[in-house]
Parts: sequence; C-alpha cells; structure tokens
Amino acid sequence: MLDRATDTSTKDDTTRRVRFRGAGFVPASSRFAGWIALALVIAIWQVAGSTGLVNPLFLPAPSAIVRAIYQLAMSGALWQHLSASILRIGVGWLLGTTAGVAVGFAIGLSRLARSVGITFISALFPIPKIALLPLLILWLGIGEEPKIATIALGVFFSTAISVYSGVDAVPRNLIRMAQSFNVPFATIVRKVVWPGALPAILAGFRITASVALLLVVSAEMIGAQYGIGAFVLQAGNLMQTDQLLAGVVILSVFGLVVGKVINLLEIKLLHWR
Amino acid sequence: MDLIANHISHRFGDLAVLDDISFTVSAGEVVAIVGPSGCGKSTLLSILGGLLQPTSGAPELRGTPPADSLNPLTFVFQDFALLPWATVEENVEFPLLHTQLSAAQRRALVEDALRRTGLTDFRKTYPKQLSGGMRQRVGISRALAVKPAILLMDEPLSALDSQTRELLMEDFVRLLADGGMGAVYVTHNLEEAARLADHIVVLSRRPGRIREVVAVPMTRAERGEIAAREKLLALQNQIWSLIRNEAIDAEREVQHA
Repeated sequence: MLDRATDTSTKDDTTRRVRFRGAGFVPASSRFAGWIALALVIAIWQVAGSTGLVNPLFLPAPSAIVRAIYQLAMSGALWQHLSASILRIGVGWLLGTTAGVAVGFAIGLSRLARSVGITFISALFPIPKIALLPLLILWLGIGEEPKIATIALGVFFSTAISVYSGVDAVPRNLIRMAQSFNVPFATIVRKVVWPGALPAILAGFRITASVALLLVVSAEMIGAQYGIGAFVLQAGNLMQTDQLLAGVVILSVFGLVVGKVINLLEIKLLHWR
Repeated sequence: MDLIANHISHRFGDLAVLDDISFTVSAGEVVAIVGPSGCGKSTLLSILGGLLQPTSGAPELRGTPPADSLNPLTFVFQDFALLPWATVEENVEFPLLHTQLSAAQRRALVEDALRRTGLTDFRKTYPKQLSGGMRQRVGISRALAVKPAILLMDEPLSALDSQTRELLMEDFVRLLADGGMGAVYVTHNLEEAARLADHIVVLSRRPGRIREVVAVPMTRAERGEIAAREKLLALQNQIWSLIRNEAIDAEREVQHA
C-alpha cells in the first residue's frame, strides 16, 4: 500500500465478505426465454383475435393464418408460388455468388483488379438494385431473366465486398509463412487465403441470402404471376389479410431455414474456430 | 552452406532502419542478433530470409545446402504462424505439399519431425487446443520437416511464459547440438543469446549498425554446467553495457511515439 490512512481509520476486527461487483455485461442468452416470449406474444395475439378485441380484417388471429397456410398447401398453390420464388432466388443467388466470389478474390489478390474493381463497386453498390428492374426488363424482356438478374446483381455486390474484405483480413503472417517455404501462389490461395477468408465469406452469405429474399419479393410484386411476393400483393389487393400474413409467415420460415443451413455450413466448415 | 549479410541497408520511406550490416553465418553456426527495441533485428532477419527486399546490399548464400534440404533457409516465427484450420500434422505437412515428395515420403518426414518435438500424440489436435509452448513446438516441427540448413528464428520464445521458454530453450540446445543445422536467432533476451549462440551480433539503436560481434567462448554443452554460469553472466553484462544507454533511449522513444 502506498497510501496508508492509518491515522484516520478506526480499528475494526469484524470480517465482511467482499461485495461481488462483476455481474452483467456478458453476451449470454437464456435457452428458453426467447421461445417462451414468442409463445406468449402469439398467445396474446390469439386471445385478442378470438375475443374480437382486434378486427380480423386488419390483423387475423394466428389460428386463421395457420388455416390459410394449410389451405394453400392443400390446394397446391403454396408449392406453385414457393417453387417459383425458390427457383428465382436459387439461380440469382448462385450467379451473383459465383461472380462475386471471383471478383472479390481478384480484388483481394491483384493490385490492378483492386484499383478498378473497388472504384466500380463503390459507385454501383449504393444503387437500390430493384430500381434497375425496369431497365433489366427492357434489356431482357418480360420473363424470369430480369428478376433473376436483379437478384444476381444484389447478391454480387455484397458477395464481392465480403470476399475481398475476407481476403484482406487473412493474417499476413500466414501468407509470409507460406512464402518462406516457397509455397506457390496457387497453393497459397487454395490452402491459406481461401480458408482464411471463409468466415467472412460465410458471413456474407447470411447477408446475401436476405438480400436475395428481399429482391425476389420486390421483383415479384412488380411483375410476376407466381411467387410469394406476387401472392402477398394479390392477397393485399383483395383484402385477404389471412392469406397475406400466411405469405409473410412463409417468407419468414424460408429465411429461418436458409439461416439454419448457413449455421450448419459454419459449424461444418469453421469448426476450427 | 554459409549465409552472408553483404552490406545490407534498409529504409522504410524516410526512416533508415538498417545501415551497412555485414556478417557471415558459417555452416552449422548459431548467430544471435541482439539490440535495443526498434533497431531492425526482425527486419534484418526478413531480409536474410528473402521475405523483404533491402534498399541496398543483399543476403547471399555460399556453398551448397545439404542434398536432402527442401528449404535451406527456414523461419521459426515469433507468433508461430500456424494455420488455425489445420491439425498439428497438417500444419507440419503444409510446407511439403507442393514438393515432389510422395505421400509416403511426406508422412515419414512429418512423423520424424513430430517425434523430434514430442508432438506425436498431438497430431490430430488443432492449434487453438494447444498451449503457447506446444504451438511453438509445432512451428519448430514444421521447420524441421523441410530439413533446413539454417533456421531463421525471430524471437521464437518472446510470446511464451518463462517456464515454457526454459523448456523450449532446452529443445533448441538439443536440436542444434550436433552442429548439422545453423541458425540466426533474433532476440532481445541476452540470456537466450548467450545460451545458444556461437557469435552474438550486437546492433545499435535505429538505424541498426553493427556495434560489435561477440564470440561466446565455450561450447553449448558446457554452457549448461553450473561452472559456466558466471562466465555467461559476465558475457551478458558485457553486452548489456554495450546497449544499455541506447535501450533506455529507444524505450523513451517508443513511449513518446
């Protein structure tokens, strides 16, 4: 002790436990609390709907939404709309991701590609891609192509950015280590840069999956006969709010499933973290 | 095979880091490089190992490396530089993957390197599951797998606690005992330098110049004996007196930076 306040302190022989002051500020969550809260909200919503507290035209009860989903499934309409959306998302996401990964790696690994690529990406990334749909319809005609191209464009920019950020984040000491063993460029890319960038790439997948979902719904609302977006819009126009919310729930479940798939991918590919 | 620093100077922009460094590491010899913080020790090692282009001068090799050497100049890094997604044996095998060796030959080299560093039982372990000392053993094992002529060690023990340092130092003494492998050992720890090196290159404060090359007048085996401790301590004091004032200046400079 540097400062001994012996003069002012009183002699006290009783022992006291030191008060614990380290509680909180830990990013941990309770296992069941989230599910219980969700169940509670749905229950309150159901009660409010069943007792007539809320007008079912504006907010149908959860049971009505479940019924609507069941009817959609039985009639085959659910699959018709869902398959159209899945096809557009799948093809658009795959095209955008493939191009985004290639361009992202080029930017991450080549000075020339970085100089050119970042300029273009910075200029084009902020454009809301849905605004390009009319132009894409002019170029590609009224069909699946402009919708798929819109999704691919949206996915491409986010992917390219997350990939080159991931490549930039690969620890330089690992690359220097590989160079010190005369490991060839292609092997360094395959064995060091790719796995090192993978966490950022998978994090990017999470973002691009939601971008693809957002764009498919928007594109289908603008011009499509089938698809969840088109279905939600039609239901809204006809004041079929139970159908409308059924579409929203299906979109939410779809998003959850995609998120789960990415979680599984992360567990499988990033188990070393 | 000898490694020669031939009038090496280096600048980072306007900042002169190394000034006219020349010395020779003869085959099988261990040379330690010591000096105040920021004197360019690690920069010099990167230049010697071909990872950094000097502003002037050049690192040179004289003679041929042993026939079985796959990477004559091999680094052991301060931060281990292990691939976190690869197991211990995959990390050790990594520098062999691009060579012409068959899978069986690679396996044999990995086996031998793991055995020499006591890692055989940890072959399937990932780096994050290992202590700092064990991680550095993987780094050493990976270096041994390519049968180096000269190890380039950049403060290999500085990230470790003192007990682990002591254990790994014993490993280094053992690995370098037969004189078949030389080393350049960068350190700020004078005890490590005195324990391991045949010659100690003392650098001045930035820009690093050679102040003195001190010979350690006993074999590495003798240095482990109690009788040698006094001599080694005297040697450390001699080197410390060479760099003490500059080390104080360098420390102040770092604090003001």
